[in-house]
Amino acid sequence: MTVTVSPPASFVAKPVKLVDQFALGLDAPICLTWELTYACNLACVHCLSSSGRRDPRELTTAEAEAVIDELERMQVFYVNIGGGEPTVRPDFWHLVDYATEHHVGVKFSTNGVRIDAAVAARLASSDYVDVQISLDGATAEVNDKVRGAGSYDTALGAMQNLYQAGFTGFKISVVVTRENVDQLDEFKAIADRYQAQLRLTRLRPSGRGADVWDELHLLAPQQKQLYDWLVANGDQVLTGDSFFHLAAFGEALPGLNLCGAGRVVCLIDPVGDVYACPFAIHDTFKAGSVREPGGFQGVWRDSALFAELREPQNGGACKSCHFFDSCRGGCMAAKFFTGLPLDGPDPECVRGFGEQALAEVNGPTPKPSLDHSHKNPLRSQTGGARKPVPITLGVRPGSGPISAPPVRGCDESPLTGFAVP
Amino acid sequence: MSVPPAQASEFDLDTAWMLHPSVSVRPEPFGALLYHFGNRRLSFLKTRQLLDVLQGLAAAPDARTACLAAGVDPAQLPTLARALASLAAGETIIRRPVNSRTTAFVEEST
Repeated sequence: MTVTVSPPASFVAKPVKLVDQFALGLDAPICLTWELTYACNLACVHCLSSSGRRDPRELTTAEAEAVIDELERMQVFYVNIGGGEPTVRPDFWHLVDYATEHHVGVKFSTNGVRIDAAVAARLASSDYVDVQISLDGATAEVNDKVRGAGSYDTALGAMQNLYQAGFTGFKISVVVTRENVDQLDEFKAIADRYQAQLRLTRLRPSGRGADVWDELHLLAPQQKQLYDWLVANGDQVLTGDSFFHLAAFGEALPGLNLCGAGRVVCLIDPVGDVYACPFAIHDTFKAGSVREPGGFQGVWRDSALFAELREPQNGGACKSCHFFDSCRGGCMAAKFFTGLPLDGPDPECVRGFGEQALAEVNGPTPKPSLDHSHKNPLRSQTGGARKPVPITLGVRPGSGPISAPPVRGCDESPLTGFAVP
Repeated sequence: MSVPPAQASEFDLDTAWMLHPSVSVRPEPFGALLYHFGNRRLSFLKTRQLLDVLQGLAAAPDARTACLAAGVDPAQLPTLARALASLAAGETIIRRPVNSRTTAFVEEST
């Protein structure tokens, strides 16, 4: 998201920081994340929505269209579509077209599995669709450890297709981890090679991310390393505003530097439930459902949870810290899923208060309310070494205690009932 | 990311301007949000008055007239020009072809 703040503060009769206005909420979200499906061909270890299997209660095409109609009425400029892997939904391209025809721009996140040359050419012809390819290692070795065997090649193949189709400026989205933080220059080089834009986001302990957070989240010196790199690269690199907790190192990073949960952003999940933010899929942060009579707008405007999130935050345990104005206490989801109080320091507080607080956490941390993970390992996780499953093919007897149900005619012969005139 | 601060002198108040056709405007309690679908740039207007100025651009012979029609204090014009310069830098507003208030703007492919 590109942000221009204007006019200069002096033009405003009564100076009010824009960020304070946003903290109180907007009539409609600036952008919202919409996970279209929990189905995914991959099983990334840090998946924040614990995706894998499709939820049978998924919004239908008609319900999804109705949500888009609402977004158009509310003038939500664009949606960030994700999943799961959204492109595996059979009506995915229809919904993208439907959104853009209704003046709702689309940026969708994908692992690249469906971005072949023909799709890339089609995407390149639209101003209203933006594409974001996920990549979590600048080398296959680092990437595939997190995202599964073959996923690096899939992602780079998609990038090559977009580049050859002339789609410049698509996004390459990287979750920064302990394993890839030394590859930031290489990620930038990949983005430059494909005339794409690099986007770095924070690893959250959300979904399956909770399982790997201890091993993969940045160590204190790496956080400084990342901050310095972001400052040096300025607005060449997008961050989705996800590193504002690092602002306490010094100058603020580009962006709003604010937790937008329920104020400027929110999440619609595949079954239509609305959460305060994409990293907080938990009943605690569920504001309602688009399937309720008031629809999405009713949830956005009237939910008690959102009203609470839009109240001025006093900083709690961080109130006395003179960096509070910079980091604003960090990420709500990161605190929640590591068992920390929401009005205290972020687990990755750059002053180290988060680590102290984590040491005092007793008992289990909250688990995601939903888990759509694949029940068995995927081929991409086992290097293709899945054991064959022995099965026996046969025909059920037509009668007896275990008889087959009556079959439709066509199951027996494709010509059943067909008579030559 | 923010646009480098533009100087008032960079903005020509005496020519005709218009909102870029790819810009969508959403009024908000504090002013308005503007989104440019072409370059995906989001802009914030901190006052309703500035919104009135922008919406009056297309029908006014020049930006100065649009400002005054929206009730801008003439003493505030240099400040307002800086705000407009910043919006022009992001192509949220563009120069309008002379003598054709309704000519469609053809976006250059970049």
